[in-house]
Amino acid sequence: MSTLTSVIPAGFDVEKIREDFPVLKQKIHGKPLVYLDNAATSQKPQSVIDAIVKFYTVDCANIHRGVHELSQRSTAAYEETRAKAKRFLNARHKSEIIFVRGTTEGINLVAHSWGRGNIREGDEIVIAGLEHHSNIVPWQMLCEAKGAKLRVIPIDESGELILEEYEKLLGPRTRMVAIGHVSNALGTINPVRKIVEMAHRAGAVTLVDGAQAVPHMKVDVQALDADFYTFSGHKVFGPTGIGVLYGKSKLLNAMPPYQGGGDMIRTVTFEKTTYNDLPYKFEAGTPDIAGGIGLGAALDYVTHIGMDKIAAYEHELLLYGTEALARIPGLRIIGTAREKAAVLSFVIEGIHPHDIGTVLDRQGIAVRTGHHCAQPVMDRYQVPATTRASLAFYNTTSEIDALADGLHKVKEIFS
Amino acid sequence: MVHDLYQEIILDHSKRPRNCHPMEDANRKAEGFNPLCGDKLKLYLKMENDVVKDVSFVGSGCAISTASASLMTESMKGKTRAEALQVMEKFHDLLTTDSPVTQELGKLVVFCGVRDYPARVKCATLAWHTLKSALNGAVEEPVSTE
Repeated sequence: MSTLTSVIPAGFDVEKIREDFPVLKQKIHGKPLVYLDNAATSQKPQSVIDAIVKFYTVDCANIHRGVHELSQRSTAAYEETRAKAKRFLNARHKSEIIFVRGTTEGINLVAHSWGRGNIREGDEIVIAGLEHHSNIVPWQMLCEAKGAKLRVIPIDESGELILEEYEKLLGPRTRMVAIGHVSNALGTINPVRKIVEMAHRAGAVTLVDGAQAVPHMKVDVQALDADFYTFSGHKVFGPTGIGVLYGKSKLLNAMPPYQGGGDMIRTVTFEKTTYNDLPYKFEAGTPDIAGGIGLGAALDYVTHIGMDKIAAYEHELLLYGTEALARIPGLRIIGTAREKAAVLSFVIEGIHPHDIGTVLDRQGIAVRTGHHCAQPVMDRYQVPATTRASLAFYNTTSEIDALADGLHKVKEIFS
Repeated sequence: MVHDLYQEIILDHSKRPRNCHPMEDANRKAEGFNPLCGDKLKLYLKMENDVVKDVSFVGSGCAISTASASLMTESMKGKTRAEALQVMEKFHDLLTTDSPVTQELGKLVVFCGVRDYPARVKCATLAWHTLKSALNGAVEEPVSTE
């Protein structure tokens, strides 16, 4: 355990980082807050909170409209986030960054807009057995509407995709492969680059649900060669209500708009409307401007720390946590993939996750209990629910110790 | 503290639930489901002349939901349908309001701690929702706490 300090990346001062997150300074039920529910949503640094407060305090105006000073300021700040997101994902063009409410809307946008023109009866859409409901249901709805078929890549006992089975699913009718980059329920990091390459070889388009990847690792959409990539702002230390859909220009240009309204048009008459260029074609109505500006601050924040340093630190936390939990008798970790983000999903023999969650909460420890919006994953492991501790770069080894102590207490009560 | 929620009697009934078995000669059955946590419960009821002659359950759930089902079955035997529904209402008030704890609920008052844990109210009421649907007659669809 003491070896941990030696592998923490140079210049990574977790105590200093924690100072940036006001929420972490509070006590819950008289105990210091130990926030281990980052896969549900992450906490926000002061710079993100300040950016939102500043917008509403001195810059508030609608964007892409008036010529007045405030409108220009808000437009500039909002569009600056688009440029930051482009750099963050290494997209080719700024116009390939579409603002959406979050990952769920990003996937729905593609399912509706791309799906409408490209999926026909008998076509096949491939997803994985690890998906969050948001990367299952929109495709199911599309399949139902079009008479297409949903195929599912199975996972093995460790929570890794079985690529040989994936290979078999690919065929001339495969139109779309929609895959989670990192599993929210188990933490598995999928070999997305390879999955995309195989899909392309079969002539399919790919969408990557990056909600759980973007907060934890460097993502390069060009290196992955993903056709679509989407993530939520609130999981990457930004506000709720804003997210990003990246798409290759060629595909986005060929797609019809998702929603109609203001901002997405060029000219409107009662006879005919012509649509705006990318990215505005997909951005009908006044967006979450404050959220967009807050997201820009969040991307600045993590970029400043460095995604590689974040990934390295979290990996050490994961190893420490895995070891700490393994010492608790009767505890079984669900999801033991070789490549894993810092998610510890587990069950304890004879104790229901909800009881674990309640007892931990009274010790100030926030974890998620339930099916994590991934019921097929729970079915795969034949458990109704798990307890999940999901870590971020502001978590510490002493917080993991607190979790382990908390679990011993759980065992005392229910043994 | 957390022991106000997990009182001895609740822990006892969660570890050794009473009337936890299928009932072959039940004349009413109902299923309950809490989609939030995946808990499922099957309830068996034997009514004779509007009186609860026997009641049992099977299912998997947390300590609160299992103990609640167990204590409910104990408290229901011998009650008329109207009396059972009345207890149900009082039990619901116990969990969700600040009303003073009345002793007429007997052992069931141990669940008064749940009112401080709003996220757990549904755990404590799953069995009761299911009983209500069984009392109200045949049910095709499982009842849900949602």
